[in-house]
Amino acid sequence: MTEPVLSIRNLVVEIKTRHAVLCATDKVSYDIAPGEILGVVGESGAGKSMAGNAVIGLLNPPARITGGEIWLNGQRIDNLPPNQMRRLRGKEIGMIFQDPLTSLNPLLRIGDQLAETMMEHLGLTKAEAHTRAIAALEEVGIPAAAERINSYPHEFSGGMRQRVVIALALCAEPSLIIADEPTTALDVSVQAQIISLLKRLCRERGTAVMLITHDMGVIAEAADRVAVMYAGRLAETGNVRDVITRPRHPYTDGLMGSTPSASAGQRRLRQIPGAMPRLHTLPPGCAFSPRCERATDQCLNGPSPTLEADSGQAACWHPIKLEGAA
Amino acid sequence: MLAYIIRRIMQSILVLFVVGLVAFSMFRFVGDPIENMLGQERTAEDVQRLRSDLGLDQPFVLQYWRFLENAAHGDFGLSYRQGRPVVDILIERAPATLELALVSGTLAMLFGISLGVFTAIRRDGWLANGIMTVSLIGVSLPTFLIGILLIYVFSVELGWLPSFGRGEMVMIGRWSTGFLTESGLKSLILPSITLGLYQMTLIMRLVRSEMLEVLRTDYVRFARARGLKERSVYFRHALVNTMVPVITIIGLQLGSIIAFAIITETVFQWPGVGLLFINAVQFVDIPVMAAYLMLISVLFVTINLIVDLLYFLIDPRLRTSKAGAH
Repeated sequence: MTEPVLSIRNLVVEIKTRHAVLCATDKVSYDIAPGEILGVVGESGAGKSMAGNAVIGLLNPPARITGGEIWLNGQRIDNLPPNQMRRLRGKEIGMIFQDPLTSLNPLLRIGDQLAETMMEHLGLTKAEAHTRAIAALEEVGIPAAAERINSYPHEFSGGMRQRVVIALALCAEPSLIIADEPTTALDVSVQAQIISLLKRLCRERGTAVMLITHDMGVIAEAADRVAVMYAGRLAETGNVRDVITRPRHPYTDGLMGSTPSASAGQRRLRQIPGAMPRLHTLPPGCAFSPRCERATDQCLNGPSPTLEADSGQAACWHPIKLEGAA
Repeated sequence: MLAYIIRRIMQSILVLFVVGLVAFSMFRFVGDPIENMLGQERTAEDVQRLRSDLGLDQPFVLQYWRFLENAAHGDFGLSYRQGRPVVDILIERAPATLELALVSGTLAMLFGISLGVFTAIRRDGWLANGIMTVSLIGVSLPTFLIGILLIYVFSVELGWLPSFGRGEMVMIGRWSTGFLTESGLKSLILPSITLGLYQMTLIMRLVRSEMLEVLRTDYVRFARARGLKERSVYFRHALVNTMVPVITIIGLQLGSIIAFAIITETVFQWPGVGLLFINAVQFVDIPVMAAYLMLISVLFVTINLIVDLLYFLIDPRLRTSKAGAH
């Protein structure tokens, strides 16, 4: 196996509040290989964005990394001083945010926003940056890029703006892209275009992608591997095909059952009873146990064991056996 | 955009007409100026002659029309008290007020904006908190008290700076300037601090709260995620986005610095138009009061017009929506 671009080891992000210390991600570990797209799924508040923000060094206080390690291309980055971390952002790690309507500075031309990023990381002159900015816009499929480069963000549609955001995230050719819900704010028809664009660009460059989403459809379409998160912990990891067709963790199974699919026809969706617990009311042991039909007393007794699954791992006392998944 | 400017100018002229009417008609009822001008020993003929010389025996509408007509030519009549053309008196007095307003306005803007940015960036630092606390004093202490305190400390106790007047003047044409002599500059220090302190704290607190707002936006996060330098994030991306509300307030405050220099000019015996106005009120010198009021309204209207035009310069979204509307 090739050296992973990103390697997260037992990452702990804690949020200190007046009353308690909440654990936003609890000993989360995963790797992303060059050119690989890792889908990180989970409900809101499961800690998937926290992990992404921790990697790029943009955790908002009071959230901070209190344990574990983050390695990027063989370099440990979770303990870098702010100025060195700043240099990595944009250059080695690009980030795409959820809402393209608010991600761009409304008062600056998109060409200037592209150029400032390139000049910062690639040491280009203004003229060189301008030329490359046009090329970057063409690459993400913006028609008449040479003219559009002088436009302001409000002169673009949502989908076009997300293309600009992608161009901005990729313009210094980073080795890792963190895409935090990149399609959630977009029309369904545009979503597929943006996902395939992202996929194509990253394949071409061998960029690793951390695709954070709650949309299983996006995962199925784009990801190579999946990490399912629940209440700050990893529930299951594995190849996308294995996890979708043969989930081992009851939560993943519930997640798949509650996702509508066109091919399955008009059947009633399964629901997972209850809601994800808030971080300050986590049950002892497995966080999913109160909602889990397979839960036993054992599940309350301590952290779930990590079991090797087909192509990854599942953290469960009573994983679904292959025959049980049918 | 041109249509918009023309419309704004038309509105401004309308405002001036109304202010002229209000000023003129109000002052008609302040008191009989003839009583003040002629002392105890007067004859009925004296009263009658002066009344018709000054045009005070004509109907109200005629007087108003004549007032407007003359005002448009820059003629506000003779001062009742000094018997000289009001315009000459104003020209004589205006440089003092304008220079004072220029210095204190510049100080207020410079320190207000930079301290506002500083306290927003270091919002939990002890220095920023200290500045915020001190700024409360600036907002809550009345101007005359600040002036008197400054005089007490720097003129009476330390003897560093003059306590009243403008110092030595140099005449440039009809403009008397204090910028070119040492004593003139020294004399400017205390009054301009007194006059500008309140505006400075106001601008500072406004810039701070706007900055805190903007620093939370997605585009600032995205600018950080692109690895831009802190300086660029704070000034190029954040500060410029706070400018629309900030220049609105700065514009209004600049107007009031000139209009309400009265108290400062009284405390420091500063020979400007504010002091002139106070003296005019005491003597019911209607032409001077009316001219002063017109001058101030022209000033406010002009500043507002400039502020409106600055909006267009700053925010491209306004430019296109206006262009689209025509």
